[in-house]
Order: sequence, then structure tokens, then C-alpha cells
Amino acid sequence: MEDENNKVTLHGMWISTYAKKVELALKIKGITFDYVEEDLSNKSSLLLQYNPIYKKVPVLLHRGKPVSESLVILEYIDETWKNEPRFLPEDPYERATVRFWATYCLQMSDTMKKAFISDKDVEEGAFDEFFEKLKVMEEGMKDFFPGGRSIICADNLRLLDIIIVCSLGTYKAAEEVLGMKILDPEKYPFVYSWVNTLLELPLVKETLPQHDKVVSRLEFIKQNGFTFQSHIS
Amino acid sequence: MEGTNNDVVLLDFWPSSFGMRLRIALALKGIQYEGREENLFDKSTLLLEMNSVHKKIPVLIHNGKPICESLIILEYIDQVWHDKYPLLPSHPYDRSQARFWADYVDKKIYSTGRRVWSGKGEDQEEAKKEFIEILKTLEGELGDKTYFGGDDNLGFVDVALVPFTSWFYSYETCANFSIEAVCPKLVAWAKRCMQIECVANSLPHPHKIYDYVLELKHKFGLDTN
Repeated sequence: MEDENNKVTLHGMWISTYAKKVELALKIKGITFDYVEEDLSNKSSLLLQYNPIYKKVPVLLHRGKPVSESLVILEYIDETWKNEPRFLPEDPYERATVRFWATYCLQMSDTMKKAFISDKDVEEGAFDEFFEKLKVMEEGMKDFFPGGRSIICADNLRLLDIIIVCSLGTYKAAEEVLGMKILDPEKYPFVYSWVNTLLELPLVKETLPQHDKVVSRLEFIKQNGFTFQSHIS
Repeated sequence: MEGTNNDVVLLDFWPSSFGMRLRIALALKGIQYEGREENLFDKSTLLLEMNSVHKKIPVLIHNGKPICESLIILEYIDQVWHDKYPLLPSHPYDRSQARFWADYVDKKIYSTGRRVWSGKGEDQEEAKKEFIEILKTLEGELGDKTYFGGDDNLGFVDVALVPFTSWFYSYETCANFSIEAVCPKLVAWAKRCMQIECVANSLPHPHKIYDYVLELKHKFGLDTN
């Protein structure tokens, strides 16, 4: 029985990696929610009301109260719905480490987006900063999961799984549009294998946007620049 | 002290607002620690080892294990020493709002403030306008409360924001304006925070910060026309 008081609504946008993180998180926890697709060139008055500071997606509405900023929302979900899987570990040191890498992954993802819309070409070094960060992520994750990232299934997805697959999950579309490798399995074997294992999960497949749609959209962005970028948190 | 279970070291740099956050939190919670001053132009091997990713202060080293990024460290401190002076509220929604606003301070104050003290002409004017808007937004969030954390105690957002008030005199002097004139409520809040010993003891005198800013401007040639 749906409890009107407990109603959950997500304001998102289909290609927003930040909104996808929240969408995936809600599904992992088995939370019923309404979804509102925002047209970022014509934002709803509700979005502007719920996120007056940044005017961006995603915004989560729960019991009529809004939460903004994807990492803040993910922690809110984990603290409110305490069923498994827990996104963050209990141990304070592990928790701090997870938060550190979650933040780093978001920075890496932002760097890729900037590189994508940059005036500079790949040959001119547009992606250098991104690949440096990806290398750091690769080394960091090898340290963090010393035995490898153990068997992944929908029941045991954690914060870093959500963040990495939503940040890099559409990498093949980006590779197609750019005509170059973003996630080279030889240079970044851990991240490559981790992302691809996550991409096999039905819950992830149904959440992430379809390859062809992403390719068209990325082609459009590449040609027309970045008003797109400023609307997404 | 050898063999204690609570060996706490803070790698810090005296004018850093980010370091000040942790000085305040550790003081409020009565945690003994060793503060080590880093020279950011000649970083110690310890710093480079403990924060190999960003190579920045502050870093908290607790029983030999490093934690980096000031807001992450603040949450860590709050979780480990949760009994004394909790900074984050207990209700998940209130926690989300505290995290949102602390993140807002992180995104906006440092980089805009930097353009205010180091900028010139049009750039500086624009940075000043943006900076005032940011402070006004924070005033709106404060409302009529004594502190961002409520009427009784400092909270997460107070600790995240108050260090930057030691830089107010520098922003004002470099950009020729009065923060109190445009944001009286925020300045009143800052004065209330400074009444708390742990805060007052953790922040350098604004004139010392200004001397440091003048040194930086000279070092980077920002004081010439």
C-alpha cells in the first residue's frame, strides 16, 4: 500500500550521469518512486522551487521535502532506507575512504565532460587531465579492493559501484563519437573490468541510457557546445 | 605519547580555512592532537605520503592512518568522537541539509574569495558582486537562528564556514568594501562564534591573514599594476 506521506519523486534528465546515480540507488534499495523528466532548456517551476540554489537535476523529493546534490542525496537515501545493501560502510575510516574516492570519481567524470566539449583536440591534450585522473583512480581502486572487487550482484552494490558505473557506463558511446579509446583495458584493467561487470547487471542495463541515444546526443553536443553542461549537477 | 590508542596528528598550514575547520572540531570535542605546520612551498615527505593523491593539507592522521579532504575529515571526527559536541544533526533530512550547505561553502567561498583578494579592475568587481551574493544566500539560510546548527550549539555548517571570516578583513581591504554593511546578520553570527573559546583560539587574527595575503600578492606579482 503506497503511503502518500512517504512519497518519493526524482527530478532527473535521461543523460545526466548525476541523476542516473540517484535513479540506480533508488532501484537498488527497492524504493518506489515517481520520475519527472526535466527539459533543461525549459525547467519546470517545481525544479526551480526545489533547487533554487543551483537550479539543477537531480532533486529528490521525499515527504514533500527536497534534497539536492547527488552525493548528498545518495547518503540521504542510505540513512533513510536502512535495508541492504548499505551504500556506505559502518567503520569510520572505511567510510571516509569511500567518500574520498566517490568525490574523486565525480571530479574525474567532470574532467572528462570538460575535455569532451573542449576546443582543444585530443592530440592537443584535451583528455590528458582526464587520463591522469583515471590512472589515479585505477591505482586507488586496486589498493582499496586488494583481492579485486568481489562478486557483484544487485544485492551488494555499494556507493562506489553506483558512482563508477553511472560516471563511466556510457564510455562506449563516447569512444564511438570521439573515435578513440576512453577506457583502455590494457592501461586501466581494474576499472575496465569493474565497469563492464557492472554493465552486465539487468538493473544497471535498464537504468543507464541506451547506447544509440547517447551516441546521437554526444554527437550533437560535440558539434554545438555546452549549454547542456551548466544544467546538471 | 607512546602506545596510546588515540594518536592524532593534524598536518596543517596556519592561514588555511580548511585546516581551521579541524582545529575547531578537535577543540570542541576536547581531542588531544599534535599539530604539524607544513610549508606548502616545501612539502614534507609525510604529507606527500599521507595525501599522495592531492598533496594538500589538511590531513588528519589517526593511529597512523590518513584521512584527507576537510569535510570528509570533519565527518570522520564527528563519527569517531560522537559523544562530545556532535556537529551533524541526527535526523537524515537535517543531515542532508547540513551536508548541502557545507558543500555550498566548499564550492563557492574559497574560489570566489580568492578572485576578490587577488583580482583587479573589472574581474575584482565582478568577483565582489558574486561574493556578496554568496554571503547573502548564506544569511538567508541562517535566518533568525543563533548558529546554522541551531540556537544552542555550533553545527557542521558553522564549523565549515566560520574559518573564512578570518579572511573577511583581507577581502574587504583588497576590494574596498565592507562586508558588515552588506551582510550585517552574517557578521553578527561570526562575532557570536568568536565568543566561543574553541573558535577564537583556532582562528588567526585577521590582520595576520592580511599580512600573509600581501606577501602572496608580492610573491606572485599581483601587487603591481
